[in-house]
Amino acid sequence: MDAILLQILNGLDKGAAYALIALGLTLIFGTLGVVNFAHGALFMLGAFCAVTVGKFLSYEVVTLDPSKLTPWGTPAETRTPIVQQWFGDFGAFLVDYSVPFSILFAIPIMLLIGVIMERGLIRYFYKRPHADQILVTFGLAIVVQEIIKAQFGANPIPQAAPVLLAGSADIGAIIGFDPGTVVYPYWRIIYLLFSGLIIGIVFSFLQFTTYGMVVRAGMADRETVGLLGINIQKRFTVVFGLAAVVAGLAGVMYTPILPPDYHMGMDFLVLSFVVVVVGGMGSLPGAVAAGFLLGVLQSFASMNEVKNILPGIDQIIIYLVAVVILLVRPRGLMGRKGVMES
Amino acid sequence: MSQNLEKIKSPLDMEPLTIEIHEVEAASRSNTARNDLILMAVFSAVVLASPWVLAPFGAAYPDLLQRFCIFGIFAIGFNIMFGLTGYLSFGHAAFLGIGSYAAVWSFKLLTMNAIPALFFGVVCAGLFSALIGYVCLRRAGIYFSILTLAFAQMSYNLAYSVLTPITNGETGLQLTLGDARMVDAAFGVERTSSLPITNLFGIKMSGYEGFYLCAIILIISFYISIRIFRSPFGMMLRGIKTNQNRMSYTGINTRPYLLAAFVVSGMYAGLAGSLMAVTDPLAGAERMQWTASGEVVLMTILGGAGTLLGPVLGAGVIKYFENIFSSFNKGILHSAFEFLPDGVADFMVTITHPFVGEGWHLTLGVLFMFIVIFLPGGLMEGAQRIGNLFTGGGKSNADSRSGQTQPAE
Repeated sequence: MDAILLQILNGLDKGAAYALIALGLTLIFGTLGVVNFAHGALFMLGAFCAVTVGKFLSYEVVTLDPSKLTPWGTPAETRTPIVQQWFGDFGAFLVDYSVPFSILFAIPIMLLIGVIMERGLIRYFYKRPHADQILVTFGLAIVVQEIIKAQFGANPIPQAAPVLLAGSADIGAIIGFDPGTVVYPYWRIIYLLFSGLIIGIVFSFLQFTTYGMVVRAGMADRETVGLLGINIQKRFTVVFGLAAVVAGLAGVMYTPILPPDYHMGMDFLVLSFVVVVVGGMGSLPGAVAAGFLLGVLQSFASMNEVKNILPGIDQIIIYLVAVVILLVRPRGLMGRKGVMES
Repeated sequence: MSQNLEKIKSPLDMEPLTIEIHEVEAASRSNTARNDLILMAVFSAVVLASPWVLAPFGAAYPDLLQRFCIFGIFAIGFNIMFGLTGYLSFGHAAFLGIGSYAAVWSFKLLTMNAIPALFFGVVCAGLFSALIGYVCLRRAGIYFSILTLAFAQMSYNLAYSVLTPITNGETGLQLTLGDARMVDAAFGVERTSSLPITNLFGIKMSGYEGFYLCAIILIISFYISIRIFRSPFGMMLRGIKTNQNRMSYTGINTRPYLLAAFVVSGMYAGLAGSLMAVTDPLAGAERMQWTASGEVVLMTILGGAGTLLGPVLGAGVIKYFENIFSSFNKGILHSAFEFLPDGVADFMVTITHPFVGEGWHLTLGVLFMFIVIFLPGGLMEGAQRIGNLFTGGGKSNADSRSGQTQPAE
C-alpha cells in the first residue's frame, strides 16, 4: 500500500510537467491549428531563465578580513553575493529563493518570446500542411537549443531549491504508515501545487473571462467569430504567448528537480506530444488528465515488482499506451469527435 | 521530364486518373527513358569519380565519401516514403539501427564477408518495417508521424535496456576475438590475434575499396528508385499524396501500396545501416534515436522531397558541411578573414564563431528553417528556379503558380 502511494506521488511531479507542456501544446493546436515542435524548447528556455537569474544573483564580492586568519596565515576571504551586500537580509533571501524569484522574470520574457515566435514565424504557416509546420518548428527548436548550448555550455547546470524547502516530508508518518516508507521532497510538493495553480489559472481564464470566452468561441468556430467583427487572430497570438508562459513556468520550477541542459526540451517534447495524443488533440482537460495519468503509469512501470514480470516495460510504457490509444480510439481519451480523424 | 508533362500531371487535372497516367506514360515513354538514361549515366559517373571530383573541396577521403554514399542511400529510401506518398515518418532511424545490428551479428556468427551482412540487414529491417508499418499506416497525417516516432523511441529504449544481450547496451555491439564466425571457421579462415576486417571475397572493406562498394550500391539504389518513380506503382503513390480520398473513391485500396512503400524505404534504411556496419563493424543504439530520424528528414527536405536527385544531394551537403564546419575553429576563422582590416576581421570572427565548430548544428538549423520557409521544394527547386531565370521568365511564372507541385526531376 505504501509502495503504491509512493509510486503515485513519484509519478505526479513528472506528470505535472507533462501536463503543463501538453496543455500549452494543445492550446496552440486548438486555437491556431499549428503543431508546435518547438514547445519543448520553450520549456527549456523557461528553465534557463531560472539559470540566468540564479547566475546574476550569485555574483559575489570577495572581502578580506584581516582579523581572522586562515591556517596558512593569510587573511580569511569571505564571499558574499553582491545582492546581499546591497540589500542585506533581503538580498540573502533573494539569493536563497532565486528559483521562485525567477518566475517574475520568466513571465514577461516568455510572453515576449511567444508573441515574437507567433508573429515572426508561425503565422506564415497556418495555411501550410502539418508536415511543414512540424518541420519548421523542429528547425526552430534546433536553433534555440544550439543558441542555449553556445551560451551556457553542454553540461547540466544544477539549481538549488530554497534551503527551507530542500528537505523531504515524511508523508507516510503523517497518514499513519511506518515512518520513512513514504518520503517525498518538499520541492516536489511545491511543484505539484504550483502546476495545479497554473492549470487552474489557465482554465479559469478561458472559462470565466470574456476574453477566454471569445477564445473558446474561436476554437469552436473561427469564421463565425471573425464575422462578428472580432479580431480573433490577435487573441490567438495572446493565447500562443500564454502557452509559452505556461511551458516556461513549468521549466523554471522544474530546475531544482532536474538540472537543466540544452536538450531537456527535446526529451520532454516527444513525451508531451504523446500525452497530447493520448488526451485527445485539442482537448485541454484531456491533456492535463493524460499528463498526470502517464506520469503515474510510468512510475508504476518502474517498480521492481512490475519490471520482474515484464522486463523493460518502464522504458516503453508511455509509447505503448499511445500506440494502443491511437489504434483503438484515435481521437484520444477526451478528444472531440471528428478532430484530426480522417 | 519536360515542363508541359509536369503540368498535365499536376493535381488539379487528374480527373480520369488511371487512363491519363497511361496516356502520358505512352506519349512520353521514349523521352523520359532517354532522360533517365542520361541522368543515370551522369550520376554514376559523378559518384564513381567522386574521389577526383571532390578533391578540390577537401572532401576526397574514403571515410567521408563512404558516409556520403551511405546517407545518400538512407535518404533515397526515406524519399520513397515521404517524397512520393507525403507520409512523414519520424522513426526511420530505427530501421537503420536494426540493419546495423543484424549486420554486426552476421559478422560475429557467420562470416566477415559483407554480402551476408548486407542481406541480413536488409531482410531484418524489411521484416520490422512491415510489422511497424502495418500498425502505423492505420493512421495518416500527424498521427502517423507520432506513431512512427513512438515505435522508434521504443526500439531505442529497449536497445538500451532490456535487449542488452542482443545490442550490448550503451557500449554498442562490437566484434570480439572470441566470436564464432561459423562459416569462416568451416572454410578454414585463419584466426588472427587482432580483430578481423570485413571483406568482400577477400577484398578488404576499408578505405577506397569500402567506398567503391558503397558507391556501387548507391548507384543500384538510385536506379531502383528511378524505376519506382517511373512505375505505375510510383504513380499510385503520387496519387495517394495528391488526393488519397479520390484514390479510395476510384476503388483502390491504398494501404497495401503505402505498406509496400514503407517496407521498401525501411529496407533502404536497413541497407544503409548494414553498410555502416560493413565500413565500421560496430553498432550502437544512438543510431536509432529520434534525432537521427530527424537528420534524414533534414537531408531529404534540404535536397528536395519528391525529386530523384534531391535526397542524395541533401545528404551530401549536410555530411559535407558537418565535416567542414565542425572542424573550423577560431584560428581558421582568423586566417579566413585576414584580408579584412583588423577590427572588421575580429568582428567577423566573433559573429561567425558560434556557427562553426561545436555550433555547426546551429547553422544546420538556420539553413533548414530558411529552406522550409522560402524553398519548400529544397535545393532542387532552387536550381530549377535559377534555371528558369535563364531559359525565360514566362515559364517560371506559370510554374510558381502551381506552387506545391513536384519540381521536375
